[in-house]
Amino acid sequence: MLMSDKAELLPGTLDLLILRTLARAPLHGYGIAASIKRLSDDVLTVEEGSLYPALQRLLLRGWVKGEWKMTETNRRARFYTLTAAGRKQLGIEVSEYERMIAAIGRVLQNA
Amino acid sequence: METVFRLFRKIRILFRRDRFRSDLEEEMSFHREQLERELREDGVGAEESRYAAQRRFGNELLLQEQSHDYVAFSGESVLQDIRFATRQLRKNRGFAATAVIILALGIGATTAIFSVVNPVLFQPLPYPHPDRVTMVWESRGDGLPLAVSFGTFLGIRERSRSFQAMAVEKTWQPTITTSAEPERLNGQRVSADYFRVLGITPMAGRNFQPADDVYHGPNVVILSDRLWRRRFGSNPHIVGQSIKLDGDLYTVIGVLPTDTPMPRMRTRHFENVLQPSAELWAPLQYNPALPADGREWGHHLRMIARLRQGVSANQAGNELQVILPAWAQSHAEGYKSAGGLPQRILVHSLQDDLTRDVKPALLAILGAVALLLAIACVNVTNLLLARGAQRRGEFAMRAALGASRTRVARQLVTESLLLAILGGTLAMVVAAAGVRAIVALSPPDLPRLSDVRVNTSVFAFAAGITLLVGFAFGIVPALYAARRDLQAAIQQNSSRTTGGHQVMRRVLVTVEVGLALVLLISAGLLLRSVQRIFNVPPGFDPSHVLSMQVQEAGDHFQTDADRQRFFDEALEAVKHVPGVKSAAFTSQLPLSGDSETFGMEFQEYPNRDFEPAFRYAVSPDYFAAMHIPLISGRLLNEHDRPPAPVAVLISESLARRKFPGGDAVGQRVHIGPDTGEANKPWAVVVGVVGDVKQTSLALSEPDAFYTTSRQWAWVDDVRSLVVRTPADPAALTSAVRRAIWSVDKDQPIVRVATMDQLVAASESQRHFALVLFEAFALVALLLAATGIYGVLSGSVTERTREIGVRAALGASPGDILALVFRQGMTLAAIGVAIGLAGAMVASGALTSLLFGTSPLDPLTYAAVIALLLGIAAFACLMPARRAARIDPAITLRAE
Repeated sequence: MLMSDKAELLPGTLDLLILRTLARAPLHGYGIAASIKRLSDDVLTVEEGSLYPALQRLLLRGWVKGEWKMTETNRRARFYTLTAAGRKQLGIEVSEYERMIAAIGRVLQNA
Repeated sequence: METVFRLFRKIRILFRRDRFRSDLEEEMSFHREQLERELREDGVGAEESRYAAQRRFGNELLLQEQSHDYVAFSGESVLQDIRFATRQLRKNRGFAATAVIILALGIGATTAIFSVVNPVLFQPLPYPHPDRVTMVWESRGDGLPLAVSFGTFLGIRERSRSFQAMAVEKTWQPTITTSAEPERLNGQRVSADYFRVLGITPMAGRNFQPADDVYHGPNVVILSDRLWRRRFGSNPHIVGQSIKLDGDLYTVIGVLPTDTPMPRMRTRHFENVLQPSAELWAPLQYNPALPADGREWGHHLRMIARLRQGVSANQAGNELQVILPAWAQSHAEGYKSAGGLPQRILVHSLQDDLTRDVKPALLAILGAVALLLAIACVNVTNLLLARGAQRRGEFAMRAALGASRTRVARQLVTESLLLAILGGTLAMVVAAAGVRAIVALSPPDLPRLSDVRVNTSVFAFAAGITLLVGFAFGIVPALYAARRDLQAAIQQNSSRTTGGHQVMRRVLVTVEVGLALVLLISAGLLLRSVQRIFNVPPGFDPSHVLSMQVQEAGDHFQTDADRQRFFDEALEAVKHVPGVKSAAFTSQLPLSGDSETFGMEFQEYPNRDFEPAFRYAVSPDYFAAMHIPLISGRLLNEHDRPPAPVAVLISESLARRKFPGGDAVGQRVHIGPDTGEANKPWAVVVGVVGDVKQTSLALSEPDAFYTTSRQWAWVDDVRSLVVRTPADPAALTSAVRRAIWSVDKDQPIVRVATMDQLVAASESQRHFALVLFEAFALVALLLAATGIYGVLSGSVTERTREIGVRAALGASPGDILALVFRQGMTLAAIGVAIGLAGAMVASGALTSLLFGTSPLDPLTYAAVIALLLGIAAFACLMPARRAARIDPAITLRAE
């Protein structure tokens, strides 16, 4: 029930969304997922199955770093922060994404 | 730069792997809790929220694995696989042990055999341009190679243009008396170019020169590296010194290179393939004037020759064919005393010649071990198939848990490799032991034994083949299982169907039975041949006879009379040893490896044929000691000595052929050096004795003549003593030896053996092949039986439910027993049918090893088939009885 009629993420955009979300504030995994869901008005759902492998990938590339902190409910959670390299990568990914969308738009209008 | 950082991070995670895992776990459970809370807040029940959260979260284990895969090194999971594989094998010890033992036997046996066969048959000889080194033989009408005479050698050396160098050699066994302990050495008398033909130069000193090899030339000697180290303490100044051999002084002129290959040395090692045991060499020094009555016309020299570049052995043979007649004409007298003109000169490659005798046996053994390897392959494949089938459930489970097909395949390959490493290690042990056993068992005439060592490339080959085939098959069911409908596969414990793998296993088992049958029939045929051959009467009674070779050496004997006196006195002393019934000397001993023939000319057929016959110069009691029967006339006695006319005995076959009327006794003959010499006095045939096997029980070459040693043209200085006793002949050895040494303690005694031993040893080739075939056939039989057993018991397990239903519907235990039994025996019968076809082909290749046994010998075939089916029946019976005991109530309830 919960999983139905949710839009699939465009391939390759998960990293972009995570980086963009983290650009606003450090968040834990659940926070990232919830934030993406909320900001997209429940249209985009990040599957946990891809979230954690993606986070490991970003950690390994040095674009984010993880820190264990306490949540407001006093639970330990790993908060992810964007690094300088991550910020730079975000820029690259955003412009790449916009280029792609513009290209798709052109095709849709002119075809 | 970027990648370096990444590597650092990876390494950090590797060292803190547990931390990484616990972090991830904590992070995920936090996430799940948050989800749960979110759902509860939406008004979903507590229980339901938890399940929903879990479901949504998905397979946590798989998630962790995937996250881990990002940060892990690829090698890490390999280690994991190995640990898991070890656990798996330890859990299935029976399977692991069986597979490892089969691998070890198959690979080990193949490696051992090939290690022996390879240097003997396939590796080129260790000489420069080994393909140009040939052996040269004379040949009579029968086409068989005959040792050349010095006369023929000189003729070829003078006239032929095909060869770059040529030489002849004969055995020489001098006694060295230089230091305290006299020792009999093995050596060779060689003509000057012997080492040049082989392409070997001394390490120190010089090679033989033509000036060394002249009639009555200087006493010079070349030593082997081994003798130089052993006997002269590697004395660097040995060249130029004198050593005492047989009482004469010889000057050492050279030392040869070592006989073991030295990979890093640039100098060539010297392997003397013609006489591996030879340790010293002296020039031949025969008389180039070629007196017709001298040893120069005896066929006792082996000739080697190095072809000129670009000349083939065939061309050389043809050239000799053209030039020889003129030479023979100018030396007609010599050729008459030699037993006749050579019809052809044979030029063979040295390598082919050395291996001619052992080749059929070795090739047959190689074929047998290839069959064994094939059976081992099939067996391992079968085991892995069975195991793959058993583990279908496990693989399906892993697939359900998210393991990818490649991951499962990798796991399987790891397990197989682990098996391979264990099996391979054990196989190395088997191979090393096998090589040692084969060398110990091998017939004495097996050439190049010193080069036999465990051959690693063969080992790798055998191991690779077995594993490749086994694992290719083993992996199929696993992949198949991983792909199939998971639910059905997980539930396969109560499988109702026999899968495709069972068909494959049955095919493999029939193949295995077939291959085993081929080996068993070959072994059976060899066994029959060996039995037949030992039933051939040798012409004498070998039981209770001791033999030894007495050689005369040193400067004790100045004249022929002195020599003869030594043998007479020694014989007298031996006759007085308690327990000796009769004793005699002979110039050559049957089935001992001796083979000496001389020409004969009957007055009835003057100047016609000078056919060679075995020459025995004996003391008169020889026939009594050997129990050779007198057919007609009389035996030799003490009165047959000069100046009485030479008395000759001839063999029965020769007498019957030449004198079909039965009037051989009283005929006049010329023997040996007198043959063809019109002015020599005639000898007289005084009696006819039974035929004796001289070189082999299998060969029929019965022509022989006997004289007393006193009436032979010269005094033989090497003779064999035969002693008949009613008791155990071997027990007499030391007493007889003491008796001979009481006459002269310096005379060497060698080749001590009972005649029974000599008879057995004369068939060592066949015996060698037989022992190996029997061993291989036994292993093959065992493997085939376990194969049938394995397939059948696997099938009974899978059909438990079906059998239970049958029993419930009224089938009696007897019916079920028959059902399973029939299933197994059908496999065996099909295998036998396949094997029969194979055996008929394979036994054809054995023909040269068989004796008095047809390759299609019906008795052997029947016996082997009965044996194989009997063993198969036994293997079927156990699973069949298990099936018959299945309790329908229990089986059906288990559903």
